[in-house]
Amino acid sequence: MRLGFSAGDEAFRAEAADWLADQMSGEFRDIKDVLGLTVMAERRKEWEQQLGRHRWSCIGWPSKWGGRDATLEQQVIFAEEYARSGAPGRVGHMGIELAGPTILAFGTEEQKARFLPGIASGEVLWCQGYSEPNAGSDLASVRTRARVDEATGEWVVDGQKIWTSLAQICDWIFVVTRSEEGSKGPKGLTFLLMPIDQPGITIRPIRQINGDAEFNETFFDGARTAAENLVSTPGNGWQVAMGLLAFERGVSTLGQQMGFRHELDAIIAAAKANGSASNPLIRQRIAKAEIGLRLMRYGALRVLSNTDHARPDGAALTYKLQWATWRRNLGELAMDVLGQAGEVTAGPDYDFPMLPSLFLSSRADTIYGGTNQIQRNIVAERALGLPREPRGNA
Amino acid sequence: MQFAFTEEQAMIAETARAFFAGNATSERTRRAMEGDGIDRDLWASFCTELGLAGIAVPEAHGGSGLGLVEFATIAEAAGAQVAALPLLGLAMPARAIAAGGSEAQKREWLPKLASGEVIAAPGGSHDQRVGDGKLTGTVDFVPHGGIADMFVLASPEGAWIVRADAPGLAIERPVTMDQTRPLARVTLTDTPGDPLPDWQAGLEAARAGGWICVAAEALGGAQATLDRTVGYAQERVQFGRPIGSFQAYKHRLADMMVEIEQARSAVYWAACAVDEDSAEAPLALHSAKSFAADTYCRCAGDMIQLHGGIGFTWEHDAHLFFKRARAIRSMLGDSDWHREQVANIIGLGEAA
Repeated sequence: MRLGFSAGDEAFRAEAADWLADQMSGEFRDIKDVLGLTVMAERRKEWEQQLGRHRWSCIGWPSKWGGRDATLEQQVIFAEEYARSGAPGRVGHMGIELAGPTILAFGTEEQKARFLPGIASGEVLWCQGYSEPNAGSDLASVRTRARVDEATGEWVVDGQKIWTSLAQICDWIFVVTRSEEGSKGPKGLTFLLMPIDQPGITIRPIRQINGDAEFNETFFDGARTAAENLVSTPGNGWQVAMGLLAFERGVSTLGQQMGFRHELDAIIAAAKANGSASNPLIRQRIAKAEIGLRLMRYGALRVLSNTDHARPDGAALTYKLQWATWRRNLGELAMDVLGQAGEVTAGPDYDFPMLPSLFLSSRADTIYGGTNQIQRNIVAERALGLPREPRGNA
Repeated sequence: MQFAFTEEQAMIAETARAFFAGNATSERTRRAMEGDGIDRDLWASFCTELGLAGIAVPEAHGGSGLGLVEFATIAEAAGAQVAALPLLGLAMPARAIAAGGSEAQKREWLPKLASGEVIAAPGGSHDQRVGDGKLTGTVDFVPHGGIADMFVLASPEGAWIVRADAPGLAIERPVTMDQTRPLARVTLTDTPGDPLPDWQAGLEAARAGGWICVAAEALGGAQATLDRTVGYAQERVQFGRPIGSFQAYKHRLADMMVEIEQARSAVYWAACAVDEDSAEAPLALHSAKSFAADTYCRCAGDMIQLHGGIGFTWEHDAHLFFKRARAIRSMLGDSDWHREQVANIIGLGEAA
């Protein structure tokens, strides 16, 4: 067991830190410390491309596809240095962390050649089409239909997805569809890659409780995609989707923690500025938040260090509950530190600063990606081996 | 960076787990509780057969020279069985002497501590008076102090090795809620003490060892409460179903696991940080002690609740965990105190 890094890794750290510092003090200083993913979208796209041009976009990928073949240590280091530099949240993250790894794992050589370079270069942004209205966390109850147009061989999709993050600025979407008439649950699903900018797809932003609109409703009305944009085989979509969810538990968790660090630092600064940092109760809660954040880091490192991929790692299954609950508590702490000052904002719009907005937006954390209740079922059933919840379609 | 056990560490952990699971049975622990709070046979085989007592002692002095990561795996395994052993004597006095003692002190004590021939107990107080090489004062809540052969006692002015048979030393043995680690009161009246030359280094090593020891015990104990409750949830049938199929039940078990996995990260982060002499070590230690102790208390309490009436009985083992958990939370700085140290370290300034 070793937490320190080698001299070679430290040299890599210096290289990454220098480059990021140059960017954030130079050409891209206007987007330093920007967090919300819909803020300054055009500049954020340019930043994705800048990362891609210098091969910093998805360093863990094979160099053949625009990565650096980076080791686990290097990926950890880059996530840390990225956080330290104040570089903004990645609008390309769904392509880099989800679509790309899925294509790497399940795609054909043609699909890799077609899609991976665009993701790595930051020129093509992706979003995720999983959730549907009324389906909630029951991912297997997909109703969006896909069929093959016999004349052209294309896939034709009808239905609706919801909670599609960043669909309004993305170029492609990956969609789980039902392709076998009358099939139920995880059977008969098909995983498709689709261009968003087409007449068959309509995107309608959903205004959220914080006034922002990161999520969208996405309507498919005879939307089309070419035959070669099928991933794996028809009917095998569930396996692809589940494999994709597994990618969410990788190094990306360390990247996510960079935002958390930033938020907690802002709370600490606010507490020191208004004097609440001397309140013993607030100090206890800030200390708890600090400890929780550190434990997320070491939990992620522990999961990443587990090379025994044959054994399901219980710790990985607990991560969603861990961070979602932690961040919801953080939002409440933010408001308790701010007091009534957190209730008002300058300007005519419902546009709150980071900390009050954190309080509101963090209510989504314990819902999306599987609610805390669903997550507890997953931990209890898969990690602890308790009897399954009765399922209607099982 | 490799935040996973090496093969050797995994082997030590497995050996310790098997040893404690096989030997530190509920029966034997209960027999020790009725006596002076130590299972002497277990202690003897722990020290001699396994040779694990010397794990935190340098090789030059009869130990194995391994680090706190290895020690934590042992304390975790002992904690999982609520073993009645004076482990803190190894975690604290032995480490204090190794880090801050003179060569003569190391030569005299470390081999005996590593072999189990001598049992040590740690103590600290603010009201010891020193004069002419002699100590006067009271040291309360000394773990396994009633059976120790020697003590390492610390105050804000120094640390001393004191023999249990030294003149002017008296021991009271109050009944302790956690009978697996009775707390004694040691009173000194002009009692000779042998000062540690580099007592600050000794104290720092002892504190790190003590915090890791009880945090790792807490981790092992918490995991054991979860494992046992999961077992119960699968076999106990109510309303025609195993109770583990009810969401209200399984969600609570899931929450226990979420906490425990964080506690595991905390304990090994801290142990590793100390072994690597990392600047993060103080933060890691305070995090580990507070988080693991709180986790253990919550899990042991949940174990009683989820077992229903049987969990409240003396016959069932749940209370052994529950009481050990409470004792760990109170000792060596409670959770609020440790979090206050975290608040200081991260620069929150002065408390009101």
